[in-house]
Amino acid sequence: MDLATFLVQCLNAVQYGLLLFLVASGLTLIFGIMGVINLAHGSFYMVGAYLAFAIAPLFGQNFLLMLVVGVLLAAAFGYALEWAFYSYLYQREHLQQVLMTYALILVFEELRSLLVGNDVHGVAAPQWLAGSIELGALMSYPVYRLFASAACIVVALALYYVVNRTRLGMMIRAGASNRDMVRGLGIDIRRLYRIVFAAGVALAALAGMIAAPMSSVYPGMGNHVLIICFVVVVIGGIGSITGALIASLLVGAVDTFGKVFFAELSGIGVYVLMAIILVWRPEGLMKRSY
Amino acid sequence: MMSMPRLTTLAAALAFSSLACAQGQPPLKVGLMLPYTGTYAALGNMIENGFKLYVHEQGGKLAGREIQYFKVDDESDPSKATDNVNKLIKRDNVDVLVGTVHSGVALAMAKAARESNTLLIVPNAGADAITGAMCAPNIFRTSFSNWQPGYAMGVVAAQKGHKRAMTITWNYAAGNETVKGFTEGFEKGGGKVIKDLTLPFPNVEFQALLTEIAAQKPDAVYAFFAGGGAVKFVKDYDAAGLRKTIPLYGPGFLTDGTLEAQGTSAQGLLTTLHYADNLETPRNESFRKNFALNYKANADVYAVQGYDAAQLLGAGLTAVKGDFKQRDQMLYAMGKTVIGSPRGKFAMSAAHNPVQDIYLREAKGVNNEYRSVAVKQLADPAKGCKMSQ
Repeated sequence: MDLATFLVQCLNAVQYGLLLFLVASGLTLIFGIMGVINLAHGSFYMVGAYLAFAIAPLFGQNFLLMLVVGVLLAAAFGYALEWAFYSYLYQREHLQQVLMTYALILVFEELRSLLVGNDVHGVAAPQWLAGSIELGALMSYPVYRLFASAACIVVALALYYVVNRTRLGMMIRAGASNRDMVRGLGIDIRRLYRIVFAAGVALAALAGMIAAPMSSVYPGMGNHVLIICFVVVVIGGIGSITGALIASLLVGAVDTFGKVFFAELSGIGVYVLMAIILVWRPEGLMKRSY
Repeated sequence: MMSMPRLTTLAAALAFSSLACAQGQPPLKVGLMLPYTGTYAALGNMIENGFKLYVHEQGGKLAGREIQYFKVDDESDPSKATDNVNKLIKRDNVDVLVGTVHSGVALAMAKAARESNTLLIVPNAGADAITGAMCAPNIFRTSFSNWQPGYAMGVVAAQKGHKRAMTITWNYAAGNETVKGFTEGFEKGGGKVIKDLTLPFPNVEFQALLTEIAAQKPDAVYAFFAGGGAVKFVKDYDAAGLRKTIPLYGPGFLTDGTLEAQGTSAQGLLTTLHYADNLETPRNESFRKNFALNYKANADVYAVQGYDAAQLLGAGLTAVKGDFKQRDQMLYAMGKTVIGSPRGKFAMSAAHNPVQDIYLREAKGVNNEYRSVAVKQLADPAKGCKMSQ
């Protein structure tokens, strides 16, 4: 492999890792901070992708506005969902959480089938992102992929800022470590959790919307993403945003180079990585520091 | 002198037997084991509609026998396949099994059919083994083997003068079998496959492998993906700028039912399959018209395969005048029949897989249009089949 190819593969790895981070960050918020095993997280990703498919024609070239509207819709959806279902789960055992969130997967898949059908759909990238740039003589790289990476970096920075530097972030962190104490201090913990959950759903849906033009929109797409997201969250340390970022990039690299060098074994690469890291650090790379 | 009760019994028996004669035999039980939910639900419905359309065209009967349907949703789940097929074989006592789409499920059905000696007609699943190592006198297929479209595309790619090719697919049976077919056809024509790329099913992160293709610069790429994976691969291949420099080929599944989602990325792609959307033969046109009239939908390759499954069963029953008990003669007739399929006439190979023309098609708009016959009357090699007919 020459240097140019190697550099392009590095770009591929980072790019895949960042997209993984976007989905996994929502999961680590919900799983880590609220303590709910949310199997339906992949469905939120799917909802986002189908949302992009449904509303893209309304916005034309105004792609960014579409993302904003989509995120707001998803957040409202998450807020309602927390009120209706998830708020009853915090004090329950993990088994009951798994049962209910698994049931939600089935419900979302069936709704998707009824509303949109079982066909595969594509979403066109907006004109101003549709081009591609030449990477030397090797190949061209779609501008949209670079845009997706940039969007992921922006979200990562914003998340880091909110969780670690703002009052809301402080309350979230406090709520994660001692729910009763936070309530004792006069903070409406139920509302706080509702906001965190809505944010988690919005992040997954945003990832789905950003991924839609790159991939396609198809039945079962959420389930494929769910497993790899749990791997990222567990490697990174449950509840840690920074950990999720590092883990996503690691998984992206292992997956990318695994496919190139060890094609036959590439399916197990990320799981071997997970096993090694868990032996070394049973709580994941970044143990929750608060 | 005969007592009265005996007389009535006799009369009743006579009446009954004449009635039975008029009505023919009891209905033939056909067990449809198809996916009615999940990703392949649409395919399952198409196959069922195709099957029922042929029976409907024959006046609701095959060789004078009424058809009674039993349905099981196989969910395309191989782990439930044995239970599901036994529902039809043991609970419903069906005479004929028809199914299915997913190769893993179909292999379990073939195993159950061999053990219980039930007649099985496979209307889609392409796993080579069904008419290879698993072949049996009572197992038939009206679709294709994974090897067939792959081999035909290999022949075409070699004819186009390509020398070095790469293949890319999911690392599972269907992908590996079609790639094997391609390699065989391509290398027979003087080409060389320099590298096989695979990724685990159903992973759709292709970028790393596309970079590998760009770095190796082959003359051609042969790809097998289906559904969402096919859409993403074709779009990614185009977005990476590879379509301009390295021609992409594949079996029909790369562009079947996905052209709308693939948009401009797929236009002009050449694929091989045993059916094309605009075969202008009277047989195909009347079939498509009838299908559209009955189901308010456009027929596709799956509908054709279901339709031909019913034709094959009909041919066997006709040979024994509807007497299902003359099994050996019926199976023999099914193996020797020539099916007037909407795709074109085809016969059965010794291993009971269609010997058929494989077409070269080009993606235009939302149709895969017929271009030429890639390979005439292509027979699957039926590797591992130990059945003598």
